[in-house]
Amino acid sequence: MTTTAPTAPLLDVKDLRVSFPGRGFRAKPVEVLHGVDLSIAPGEALGVVGESGSGKTTIGRAVLGLVKPSGGSMTFAGRDITAATAKERRALARDIQVVFQDPYTSLNPAMEIGDILSEPLVVQGATPKDARARVRTLLDQVGLPSDAVHRLPREFSGGQRQRVAIARALAPEPKLIVCDEPVSALDLSTQARVLDLFIDIQRRTGVAYMFISHDLAVVRHVSHRVGVLYRGDMVETGPGDKVTSAPDHPYTQKLLLAAPVSDPVAQRQRREERQRRAQEAREQVQPAGVV
Amino acid sequence: MIAYVLRRLLTGVVLAVLVTFITFLLLSPSFDSVVQNRLGQIANPDAAAALKADLGLDRPLLVQYLDWLGGVFRGDFGTSYFTSQQVDVAVVDRLAVTLSLVLVSLFLSAVISIVLGVVAAYRGGVIDRIAQSVSLAGHLIPSLLVAIVFVYLFAVKLQWLPATGYTPLSEDPLGWLKSITIPVIALTIGGAANLMAQVRGAMIDELNKDYVRTLRTRGISTRSIVLKHVLRNAAGPALTVLSLEFLTMLGGALIIENVFALPGFGAYAFAASLQADIPVIMGITAFAVMLVVVVNLITDLINGWLNPKARVL
Amino acid sequence: MTELEVVDAEVASKDEKTPRVGRRSPWRRMLRDPQAVITGAVILAFVVLGLLADVIPSHGPNEASLQAFNADVGTEGYPLGADASGRDILSRLLHSINTSMISGVIGAGVALVIGVTFGLIGGYLGPRVRGTTEWIFALVQTFPGLLLLIVLTPITKGDYRATMLIFGVLLAPGIYRIVRNQVLGVKNELYVDAARVSGLTNRRIMSRHILLSVRGPVIIAAAFMFGTAIALQSGLAFLGVGSSGVPSFGAMISEGFTNLYSEPTQFLWPSLALGILTASLVLLGNAMRDAFQGARPKAAKITAPKLAGEAAAATSATAAEAEATSLLVVEDLAIAYPTPSGELRTVVDGVSLRLNAGETLGVVGESGSGKTQTAFAVLGVLPPEAVITRGSIRLDGRELLGLSEAELRPLRGRSIAYVPQEPMSNLNPSFTIGAQLVEGLRSSGSMSKQEARERVLALLGRVGIPDPERTFRSYPHQISGGMAQRVLIAGAVASRPMVLIADEPTTALDVTVQAEILDLLRDLQAELGMAVLLVTHNFGVVADICDRIAVMQKGQVVETGLTTQIFSAPQHAYTRMLLGAILDEETVRTDGPVAAPVPLGTDAR
Repeated sequence: MTTTAPTAPLLDVKDLRVSFPGRGFRAKPVEVLHGVDLSIAPGEALGVVGESGSGKTTIGRAVLGLVKPSGGSMTFAGRDITAATAKERRALARDIQVVFQDPYTSLNPAMEIGDILSEPLVVQGATPKDARARVRTLLDQVGLPSDAVHRLPREFSGGQRQRVAIARALAPEPKLIVCDEPVSALDLSTQARVLDLFIDIQRRTGVAYMFISHDLAVVRHVSHRVGVLYRGDMVETGPGDKVTSAPDHPYTQKLLLAAPVSDPVAQRQRREERQRRAQEAREQVQPAGVV
Repeated sequence: MIAYVLRRLLTGVVLAVLVTFITFLLLSPSFDSVVQNRLGQIANPDAAAALKADLGLDRPLLVQYLDWLGGVFRGDFGTSYFTSQQVDVAVVDRLAVTLSLVLVSLFLSAVISIVLGVVAAYRGGVIDRIAQSVSLAGHLIPSLLVAIVFVYLFAVKLQWLPATGYTPLSEDPLGWLKSITIPVIALTIGGAANLMAQVRGAMIDELNKDYVRTLRTRGISTRSIVLKHVLRNAAGPALTVLSLEFLTMLGGALIIENVFALPGFGAYAFAASLQADIPVIMGITAFAVMLVVVVNLITDLINGWLNPKARVL
Repeated sequence: MTELEVVDAEVASKDEKTPRVGRRSPWRRMLRDPQAVITGAVILAFVVLGLLADVIPSHGPNEASLQAFNADVGTEGYPLGADASGRDILSRLLHSINTSMISGVIGAGVALVIGVTFGLIGGYLGPRVRGTTEWIFALVQTFPGLLLLIVLTPITKGDYRATMLIFGVLLAPGIYRIVRNQVLGVKNELYVDAARVSGLTNRRIMSRHILLSVRGPVIIAAAFMFGTAIALQSGLAFLGVGSSGVPSFGAMISEGFTNLYSEPTQFLWPSLALGILTASLVLLGNAMRDAFQGARPKAAKITAPKLAGEAAAATSATAAEAEATSLLVVEDLAIAYPTPSGELRTVVDGVSLRLNAGETLGVVGESGSGKTQTAFAVLGVLPPEAVITRGSIRLDGRELLGLSEAELRPLRGRSIAYVPQEPMSNLNPSFTIGAQLVEGLRSSGSMSKQEARERVLALLGRVGIPDPERTFRSYPHQISGGMAQRVLIAGAVASRPMVLIADEPTTALDVTVQAEILDLLRDLQAELGMAVLLVTHNFGVVADICDRIAVMQKGQVVETGLTTQIFSAPQHAYTRMLLGAILDEETVRTDGPVAAPVPLGTDAR
């Protein structure tokens, strides 16, 4: 290790804590992330898996600056961004981008695709002419026709809208894209194609992904490394194939066994294995309960 | 629950103090016209100054206001500059007239719009078209014109009902009913039009929700689905409109009372403001604000009862 | 890439929920709406007449002439006659238009400026700022409006413009509330988050993204407030508030009113003018609402699906044979929806299914394939606009199509039951879980309250709810989604139905909960001997629970067969494509991270 540059993480999150104000009068704040560590290398795809309420979306929003951390630190390309000001955040928009889950609400229904894509470029100081040229390149990159520029989001299907959202994220040539359940709202056949587009773009541009999903299969498909989140704690991190196929942590094992396989025979085996384990867990608990 | 009501009433009192204070400040430039109204245009300056001092209008504004407020808390709203009548007595008298009008109209509007709105929402068809046309017509014509046309038709031409005047309920119930019929109709048309659109809309919103389909698949009768499940959930938004409608009608009553020469709140306020009768204006403002506070409180309490999520404990 | 486009485009055209709204802007749409055009023209005519108020009549509005006292209509120089003071009614009418218009502009304008400004601020900035603006506008709304305007006459010195200024302030809370609600709604939209991540400033987000989406409701509200301001100014003038030198409809009506018995036309003209003007404004406002927000909601009828044409045609011979073994038979079912142009668009086109007693049939397809529509048709709960254009649905040999809502009711719950997709939205938020389940059980009318209560408690325990007593007393928002789905399953199986129709029963749930719910459905099916029709898009769920599968695409069943057969040897190209798109356990990402970025697009940084 002579130079630190290639191995230095692009994003380094240490002991990240996030609390939301409690509901009701003088309620205690609720902590949804209890000290999460993660790091993403340049060009890497880190999958973050978890069920509802695990805090997976909150991690992404904290990295994007959409929620304020209540503790811990976030370092991006060597700079501390934990308490970035609004102005610093705007500057970070060049480097950190996002693709959200719902392609129906993540695009302003009243704006044409061309405006949606060129707006961030113009804000970052591009001339309108350059922006227009770049928008055409972007549309081509995500596999949309260039006449999409003058059309409204509602004229596109879910899969196509998600391509627009990907193009918008790519516009400033970012180093990291936070992808929050980007294929969950899509149909099966569309899902696979959009995932392939993500992988293809990463190979060509070297952008890093934080790929958040509830679906082990999706995460397995795109991630180099995977972290498993359970009720605000990262319970397991490791190489993608290892974590998603032969996990160590009991929760990840439970998650894997609960996900049905698309094969009646294999699924019967998996189901029996899951039911056997659940039975064991009950038997372990019951004597304790009796005593 | 009781603590909640008390807290709301207390904030209501604070609000009333604030509103009356602002009103008082706004009225202060017209103090001179009080004197003018009492003594006539060409009064001698000494007499004017003497009267001003006599009424206490020459003191600092804050002192005057606090003096008035102190009186109110002792139950003394002062007396009119011009009739020497006790303000609270007079206001309560007038309020009885206005509230008869407004409450009866509100009740009628609610009944009409709930019946028509509900049926229109879940049956559609002809009834829906009728309901929508009635609602639109009510919106289209200003209630002032409705009132005048009705007076012309039923009182002047057909002579079925008295054109003007008010008979108190305690004196002659039938006479009371006759005296408020046309004004109530005039107020109800506008109110029902607005409310019916709301009830229909809220009902349709609820009817399109998933749980309605699920209730149907359990074999529950349409009657129970509409009247028990859907109406209860639609009642919240409609109730909010109803409470706003109360305010609107209070304003509308002002004009309607004038058309029918009813001795109501509005006519009283109008007379007082023309003369700049400060104690009367202040008393009317205080009563009106408290009325609004109480109506809003009742609305919130009913809403809490209807909606378990918004329930206050 | 071309193949991609084809698939996506198909999905778009099949999307049932979003009506294809034209590309035209709301303003352009209004130009094609006769109501908007006519009322707009009427208002424009009023404006023009008002502008010509000094040109058309030969007298000034306050010019009194003794000779013209109560002059008749058509008198020389007084085309509409003159009033009791000998003033020209036409001239007064035209000048009254200007008074009304100025009132409307001031009232609505002030309300707009104040309401929009503070609505944006209160909605977009933090809760503390909102608390303050909220409080101030609540205060403004507590002012008894009309009363205040009358009371303040000494301050406005009778100038109606000053009065309208104050009235605008009093109207502002209405606009404020609309804007604030819209902003609060829009603010949490993902596209606003996306704009922030794109590095846009708060100001730009507000003006570009938020104002754009709140524009519609605000313009509509302003149109109505314009009318309100005019009506109020007339009302005040009618009462005699304000300077008598200003010609106004209200003042003219008031004068006409006193003369009503002798000279009814003096009352007629201003009433007619005011009536037409306000009616036009209301109708224009309604037309605007239609243009900006789409047509107003249609009545939501509760009724069994409409039939058209050859629906419920006689059972064919081959079908009669199958009848012997099949509990539920769907034959050649077609469902269509009317389009705006009046034609019917078919969304389910000739679907045939058979469900045997005790088996689980999976109906699989992507969005827009018509699978849910088919399920709803079987239950008789299609949306009221839907039309069944042909086909037959038979349960245990009895034709269901053509039965009325009342005839279907005894079958529902007892013969055929339903488990929905979204657990939360399928429970009535205002009633306790217990009350909702008890009502379903007792709808047949034979069970006592106590009996039903005990049965519901037992059911809740059976579907795996840990504390049935407590859940019985709970409201839906007090339980989790997984628990809510168990409650809905309990509600569905309460009366031991023969057929259970489950529409994506696990899609909204976490995988661990999904596994438990599927186990529960399997157990209940064995216990009660139910036939289950499971609608899903998830092949994992199908592999787990279904005996047979029907694959649907574009409203048609393209392939039916045993689950094992279809997974091992799919026949139809579409089925093969779907199975190929599954992200199975073997598709693990193998290539390592590319550390050195190759810049995308035109330039390298």
